[in-house]
Amino acid sequence: MAESSLPVLTAKDFASDQDVRWCPGCGDYAILAQVRKVMAKLGNRIEKTVFVSGIGCSSRFPYYMNTYGFHSIHGRAPAIATGVKIANPDLDVWMVTGDGDGLSIGGNHLMHILRRNVNIKILLFNNRIYGLTKGQYSPTSEEGKKTKSSPMGSIELPISPLSIALAAEASFVARTVDVDKDLASILERAGQHKGSAFVEIYQDCNIFNHKAFEYTTDKDTKEDHIIRLEHGKPLIFGKARNKGIRLHNHKPEIVELGKDGVKEDDLLFHDEKDESLAYLLSRFTHPEFPEPMGVFYKYDDDSYEDLLTKQVEDATKARGRGTIAALLNAGDTYTVG
Amino acid sequence: MAAGTSSVGDRKPTRDLSSAVVRFAGDSGDGMQMAGTQFTDTSAIIGNDVATLPDFPAEIRAPAGTVAGVSGFQINFASTDIHTPGDRVNALIAMNPAAFKAHIEDVEAGGIVVVNDSEFDKVNLRKAGYAEGYNPLEDAKFTQQFKIFRVPITRLNAESLQSTGLGAKDVERCKNMFALGMIYWLYDRPLDTTIGYLEDYFGKKKKLPQVAEANVKALKAGFFFGETTEMFPVRFHIARAAITPGKYRKITGNEAMAIGLITAANLANKNLIYCSYPITPASDILHTLAAMRNYGVKTFQAEDEIAAVCSAIGAAFAGQLGATGTSGPGLALKSEALGLAVMTELPLIVVNVQRGGPSTGLPTKTEQSDLLQAMFGRNGDCPLVIIAPHGPADCFDAAIEAVRIAFRHMVPVIIMSDGYIANGAEPWRIPDAAGFEAIEVNHKIDPETYEVYRRNEDLARPWAIPGTPGLQHRIGGLEKQDVTGNVSYDSANHQKMTNLRRAKVEKVADHIPAIECLGDPAGDLLVLGWGGTYGSIVTAVENVRKSGRKVSGAHLRYLSPMPKNLGEVLKRFKKVLIPELNMGQLRLLIRGKFLVDARGLNKVQGKPFLVEEIEHAINLMLDDKWGPSESLEPQIASLGAEEAGG
Repeated sequence: MAESSLPVLTAKDFASDQDVRWCPGCGDYAILAQVRKVMAKLGNRIEKTVFVSGIGCSSRFPYYMNTYGFHSIHGRAPAIATGVKIANPDLDVWMVTGDGDGLSIGGNHLMHILRRNVNIKILLFNNRIYGLTKGQYSPTSEEGKKTKSSPMGSIELPISPLSIALAAEASFVARTVDVDKDLASILERAGQHKGSAFVEIYQDCNIFNHKAFEYTTDKDTKEDHIIRLEHGKPLIFGKARNKGIRLHNHKPEIVELGKDGVKEDDLLFHDEKDESLAYLLSRFTHPEFPEPMGVFYKYDDDSYEDLLTKQVEDATKARGRGTIAALLNAGDTYTVG
Repeated sequence: MAAGTSSVGDRKPTRDLSSAVVRFAGDSGDGMQMAGTQFTDTSAIIGNDVATLPDFPAEIRAPAGTVAGVSGFQINFASTDIHTPGDRVNALIAMNPAAFKAHIEDVEAGGIVVVNDSEFDKVNLRKAGYAEGYNPLEDAKFTQQFKIFRVPITRLNAESLQSTGLGAKDVERCKNMFALGMIYWLYDRPLDTTIGYLEDYFGKKKKLPQVAEANVKALKAGFFFGETTEMFPVRFHIARAAITPGKYRKITGNEAMAIGLITAANLANKNLIYCSYPITPASDILHTLAAMRNYGVKTFQAEDEIAAVCSAIGAAFAGQLGATGTSGPGLALKSEALGLAVMTELPLIVVNVQRGGPSTGLPTKTEQSDLLQAMFGRNGDCPLVIIAPHGPADCFDAAIEAVRIAFRHMVPVIIMSDGYIANGAEPWRIPDAAGFEAIEVNHKIDPETYEVYRRNEDLARPWAIPGTPGLQHRIGGLEKQDVTGNVSYDSANHQKMTNLRRAKVEKVADHIPAIECLGDPAGDLLVLGWGGTYGSIVTAVENVRKSGRKVSGAHLRYLSPMPKNLGEVLKRFKKVLIPELNMGQLRLLIRGKFLVDARGLNKVQGKPFLVEEIEHAINLMLDDKWGPSESLEPQIASLGAEEAGG
């Protein structure tokens, strides 16, 4: 049967028969709904799709997708997913992780899946808290955060998932928010990217860290606290779209358009291919700066599994497909009798 | 060992021997591994049975001239069937004082010791830790006990290569070939295999024809030195062994493991996905496989041991042959993921090349101390299959068998190799490529009746692979409901699934052969072993049986599950001795499972058993002189003293 004659799937086709068991009001619900829609929109096939996760609330995700799924062990999803993709590059592999799973216990693996550019879509749900273990601070929790394991306030600096992804040579880096209108379009672009696509999704844990990202979701104020990135467009934000980002002495600063003669052309323009700019943007944190949303960085390069497959093909071309007989009789052989 | 002296047209008499043990020892930069490997290849090719024991320091370049930096390579070659690299060294080649110091104790009384006299100067003697002004070559203690031949190898080698135009350093590097040539003469070996190798390796591969030429020249110079000088009064001849006719190659355990895995993948019509993190002594498996992409092999050098096993699990989930290789510390890191493989019931191959532990331990030395880790080193009740090859070539069969079991039973299998069999070499009769039974894998699953944990008669669940329409399913580390595979925290279900996972592994015993005794099926003593100690145990049992004593041997290849008849076999013997290169791990299992008062001979010295150590323990048990202890260390040091004292 030709690919084109397959029935068109809808979001519903991607929903498994399992009851979704996240806490009522959890940000994960919104992400799940959007992911199912995007999968259908991308024309993905349920039998060719694999969701791999680690451990944590977000990692329950595969159970709710009517695709192949692997709910693995804490932090190791990148390694499992890499094995899946190497073994069968035809599969469409997605990975779901969280700030604890992906940046703490699995930080090493995340770095390596990105630098290898394995063609896997990585969704990191960042809620800045350990939810499944009932509320300890995470690697993205803000300094001074009071939790069960930091009653006097966390004395650790949080890390930026996007800065880490960029430093790890990720070929696609984006950020969005669980309830944001742009979530679907960003997931879609991630899905279309060939290579490791890393998407940080701000996600509300309404039990242990409620409203951690309210500044990015509050209808009245959010546009003053985020910048929606568009390739080739100036960095303008604000409800009235009257504020922008300008570089001054190599440092970013917020300026008001029209004030002191500031024009659009004076602003920084977003360029998805500019790694330095992407890194600069990844350092913008609330409340000093508006936090950028959208695609920070994207470049196209060979994926790991393609290069590996090519080596197999090249070796086969050069030396011929190996047979058991050739294998056994290789090396210095000698005959007795 | 001696069988007679004859003079065959040569100027010097040739003595026939049935076997000999030669050890090359020198600084780790002296090329001793290469000399030893060449001697092995040549001996195998001319039809001897061979067994080797490479022994090298963990440091790539320990300080030159020190005892810590000594690298050795021992070869036992024979006209008879042999199973070990030999207890006592008949001829030692010591390239410097440190090598002499490190190895002289292993040489038999009256044995040959060829030393590189050029290196026995003040500085090197001091580096080796000898007292100022002392030279062991002038000590009657040694000169009376051994036949010491002082050959200025460094100088003679340099003189023979004067006209080559090579720099002093390159010239010096050829001295291992000079020494090898000399030993080739001493043991009546042809030079052509090594000449071919040198021309190929230096000449073609490294594109250094001058270096190739110099090495060949040094090799020949050493050979002619043996022939023309009056130094050695006699040379030795070891006739070809009466081994089964056929095509052979020399193979190490790691090589055999690598090609066994590829063969298994081929037989199952799968691609081998070998995911590994470099670790001594398992890395050579990764190296061998990485060079075999044209067999459809994909190797993945993971960022750590955990990623290595997890990516192999991912590959298994995706429907290919997922395998990983490691050594003890790496196996420890893989524990949690092995539990995941047990829980998700995926076929996974884990090669564990054991080394001295705990912790980083003795990376380049052999040991069998990971058995209990492999058996129990996971959280929860977490059974899996464990197989232990008994020698280098057997790693090939063990790999195929592990894959067959993993695929049939949907279970992870750990293959317990060790540093000794991984690096040791032996002749391997190449099997007929067409003679293997295919490895059955059934992916034809009816979507109408498919359920993730619906089991077959072997209690294996179906292996439904991503990409197949209609079989979409989710697996994971959480406990799953029987049959459906949905997440379940139900208490009765957990008991049932735990029982099923255990019963599934036990079922493997239906498909493995019964354990057989070497010697009589009943008697006074059974010597039970497992894995790489096979050669020493078999030889010891055979030797003691020659004196008419009622001792038999049995060797466990399957450690989990064990053969069904093992309990019955144990009962047929009055006593049981379990020699192990650990502190009694199999013994603990056997005592616990079968309530047998098994005694242990336990050695953790980084070296395989000497045959005489096991013979001594066997005799102690048969003579009722063992005493009350559950285990003893080899008593060979005191035994040697006894013998020396008369």
